[in-house]
Amino acid sequence: MEIFIQQLINGLTLGSVYALVALGYTMVYGIIGLINFAHGDVVMIGAMVVTVVVTSLVGGDPNVSAWMALGAGLLVAIPVCMIVGWTAERVAYRPLRRAPRLAALITAIGVSIILQNLAMMIWGRNYMSFPQIIHSDVYTVMGARVSGLQIAIVVIAGALMAGLTYLVHGTRLGTAMRATAQNREVAGLMGVNINTVISAAFLIGSALAAVAGTMVTTYYGVAQYTMGFMLGLKAFTAAVLGGIGNLGGAMLGGLLLGVIEALGSGYIGDLTGGFLGSHYQDVFAFVVLVAVLIFRPSGLMGERVGDRA
Amino acid sequence: MTYASTSASPASGSGARRIPARTLVGIALIGVVLAVLPFFIGQFGQSWVRILNFALLYVMLAVGLNIVVGFAGLLDLGYIAFYAVGAYTWALLASPHFGLHLPFWAILPIAVGVAALFGVLLGAPTPKLRGDYLAIVTLGFGEIIRIFLTNLNAPINITNGPQGINRIDPFKVGEFTFGRTETLMGIRFTGPEKYYYLLLAFVLIILLVCVRLQNSRIGRAWEAIREDEIAAKAMGINTRNTKLLAFALGASFGGVAGAMFAAMQGFVSPESFSLTESISILCMVVLGGMGHIPGVILGAIILAGLPEFLRAVVEPLQHMLFGAVVLDPEGIRMLMFGLAMVLVMLFRPAGLWPSSVRRRELTTQGDKA
Amino acid sequence: MKSKQFISKVALGCAAAVSLAFAPVHAADIRFGFAAPLTGPQSHYGEEMQNGLLLALEEANKQGIDVDGSKAKFVLVSKDDQADPRVGVQVAQQLVDEDVAGILGHFNSGTTIPASRVYHDAGLPQIAMATSPEYTLQNYNTTFRMMTSDTQQGSAVGKFMVEKLGAKKIALIDDRTAYGQGLADEVEKAVKAAGGTIVRREYTNDKANDFTSILTNIKGVAPDAIFFGGLDAQSGPMKRQIETLGIKAPLVSGEMTRSETFIKLAGGAAEGTYASLAGVPLAQMAAGKDFDAAYQARFKKAPGVYSPYAYDGAWNMIAAIQKANSANPEKYLPELAKLSRKGATSENIAYDAKGDLKEVSVTIYQVKGSVCDHLSGQGRQVGNG
Repeated sequence: MEIFIQQLINGLTLGSVYALVALGYTMVYGIIGLINFAHGDVVMIGAMVVTVVVTSLVGGDPNVSAWMALGAGLLVAIPVCMIVGWTAERVAYRPLRRAPRLAALITAIGVSIILQNLAMMIWGRNYMSFPQIIHSDVYTVMGARVSGLQIAIVVIAGALMAGLTYLVHGTRLGTAMRATAQNREVAGLMGVNINTVISAAFLIGSALAAVAGTMVTTYYGVAQYTMGFMLGLKAFTAAVLGGIGNLGGAMLGGLLLGVIEALGSGYIGDLTGGFLGSHYQDVFAFVVLVAVLIFRPSGLMGERVGDRA
Repeated sequence: MTYASTSASPASGSGARRIPARTLVGIALIGVVLAVLPFFIGQFGQSWVRILNFALLYVMLAVGLNIVVGFAGLLDLGYIAFYAVGAYTWALLASPHFGLHLPFWAILPIAVGVAALFGVLLGAPTPKLRGDYLAIVTLGFGEIIRIFLTNLNAPINITNGPQGINRIDPFKVGEFTFGRTETLMGIRFTGPEKYYYLLLAFVLIILLVCVRLQNSRIGRAWEAIREDEIAAKAMGINTRNTKLLAFALGASFGGVAGAMFAAMQGFVSPESFSLTESISILCMVVLGGMGHIPGVILGAIILAGLPEFLRAVVEPLQHMLFGAVVLDPEGIRMLMFGLAMVLVMLFRPAGLWPSSVRRRELTTQGDKA
Repeated sequence: MKSKQFISKVALGCAAAVSLAFAPVHAADIRFGFAAPLTGPQSHYGEEMQNGLLLALEEANKQGIDVDGSKAKFVLVSKDDQADPRVGVQVAQQLVDEDVAGILGHFNSGTTIPASRVYHDAGLPQIAMATSPEYTLQNYNTTFRMMTSDTQQGSAVGKFMVEKLGAKKIALIDDRTAYGQGLADEVEKAVKAAGGTIVRREYTNDKANDFTSILTNIKGVAPDAIFFGGLDAQSGPMKRQIETLGIKAPLVSGEMTRSETFIKLAGGAAEGTYASLAGVPLAQMAAGKDFDAAYQARFKKAPGVYSPYAYDGAWNMIAAIQKANSANPEKYLPELAKLSRKGATSENIAYDAKGDLKEVSVTIYQVKGSVCDHLSGQGRQVGNG
């Protein structure tokens, strides 16, 4: 039983990160109908920036307050990510708003490749290690171990998601975003500044990505230029699972996917009698994706939409 | 919407039209260049002939993907899976792994069949998906295939896992092996040069098939689906089967290319079939000119040959200027790929060498939001 | 054919850019081809291998070795194979085209094996760092090793875990690469032969950094030791997660973990990890201290894991050439096969019929503090695996 609980905890922590990143995907897709392939790489950039800042602050002095260092790291990473996200939208996506979807999709892939390789050139190909400044206590819950860091990740992610929900449902900007998502033309006619709304979506998504990147690098202790792609893909799966365009869906999808992966890789070996094992871990995410897209394309919480062209 | 006969490129040799003399001369010239190309390039070293051979493989792949993406308008991000399937089919049937050493005329049809089967497997559950969703599903499919190839070595060893399969038989026609260096009719042919002619032959066959397809009923059905699927259905086209056919045919070309890759390289491992490769091939199709076969060939040659050329130039250049390799050539290559994708989509979305029809479509954009 | 190529090269000198790729060649130059990952996450391995080779070549040049009447000048032609099999074959063909006298490379098994076919077809002797058993099982007379094969290393590690660590229940993880999986397989065989049991076999891939779920599974079966076959870039985070999950079993890994990177990435959790490495510790090596001093003087840092083996590999080739008094592969290949000399890593370097090293030993190291300390008395002398 404690193994199950432990896997659950692992899954929830991972899922919280997926959820944060999925929010960025779902916001952008909901409003302009674009799968922003580059979003995962924005997360990576956030992670790299934080790592570099914290490493240089900690330098030779490991007694620097962890919170100060992290705070400084975030203060730099969030604006950097926002700039990257905003630039991508302005330069690469805005001119293609009326183009066929294929063009926008390919551009997104192109931006993703550019970001990855720029990161590689700036920070090198090697794995960077995140200094161990977070000394978190480990608690035992029903036989499973939870570290303070894991709790922090889940709580912070939850808080951010709550904040975003408030923004979308309780502020004017949020209303404008929802209106644009429903019908861009009419929203424009109603006086909503479409460009501002779309830029806002990218900015918010990128800020969340920076936080997610910080979480990833703090939790795993490493940062490397390829870490964004797989993470992004899985986060997108989570968004689709929950219902693309639906914020609550993205959060649910993220948590669910994290748990599915953790439990799946844990029990798949036993379930299939050793034929499939944990080496098929990544396959779960893809199988879930394919299954959802084929059988319930609107996701768990999405409305029934017709064929998406 | 009516379609005039889609740009019949001079090399298409479409039946009833008289081919002007200028075109014939052009074709003859190209033929001569192609015939002596390996010898010319071989002067710089056999590795360049190998690079040329890889370029031909990529041409095959790009033309195959073009059927799916360019003709039928189905975005496939997992095309490399069919290449992998073809390669592993050859590897399993012609190596010490299972102890089988089937001749090429047995393996090639099997490779084509297996690849086509996988194409249908991919296409079958996805008839309703379009655009972005289809892209993601195909991406997942490609990755799933790769993961299975890496891991199908227990409990039964099918693919030998990450070690890959080694000592694969080269392409053999009776006693004539393509791997060895030989002297024929007084001229010395090296292994890579022999493979060049073989690959060229395959490329020409595939091109012929594609051009015929493009101007056939099926080709027009694909175009109809690409332009407006609902209207196509309303016209009585069985969209599901037509799409499946696109996947299957595109996949079979990938399978042939994969089989040739295995024979030439003598070694296959799952690492060669990554997502990056799928994206590279998509780049070639998109950048060259989606749906336009000469454009696609151009895209393939440029994107396959340029990185190697760059590598040969950039590294020594950097050594001369900086004394060391400052900018990683692999990074530069991918960076340029990405830049090229974005720039082409922004400024020349129809590709470098599009068909006139496509250019008209994509430059006078109606509202397609 | 050689003269025809030369004339053609001169005639086609208009391809200036391409001709840049050919460095100026002196008549008495003996050129060795070298290929390894010089960029990428494994670049530090490639670099340390290169440094070992360079040290040997420079020493030989200073010594002034007579070959066929003139003083030989050894030159290293370096190529980056990015640990990618396709690039590896490409690079192999380039090296063959550039008419090198011998090959000192590649580094990874995944690149060495396909490249070896190219070299074999060209008749070029190849001494590689690769550890996969398959490399010397191909029946090529041109393949030789610089260090132990996975068979030898794996069996030593497996025996160590069962006998010296007293671990009866062992969990295995591999990263699904040719190297990681090969090593883990050999360890499994050895553990079973020594009477231990494999309680769990888990897998990951070489890009992952979340091992919590597979480690949780492993925790569930309470093993006495965990073995991981894979890179230091992963064993580092893995060890951290092992600590967080409260798993008490020690982590044992292959030679890639015996590196600075592992200690850096694992942070404080690195303490107590075991890593195996072929051969004896540098200080105990035949001429280890001298090698260490020379390396530090030349490169201003401590020798890497693979450097002394590369150094010996290069000297093996040089010695064979010297013996045969010719850099012609046909002439010195037999001398290489029956080589017997004293090197930095061992008193008695010789190859068996397949190209494996005859005398082989594997040492287990343990992380103490922030250093990898060899366990005194733990070195095992292993015969030809």
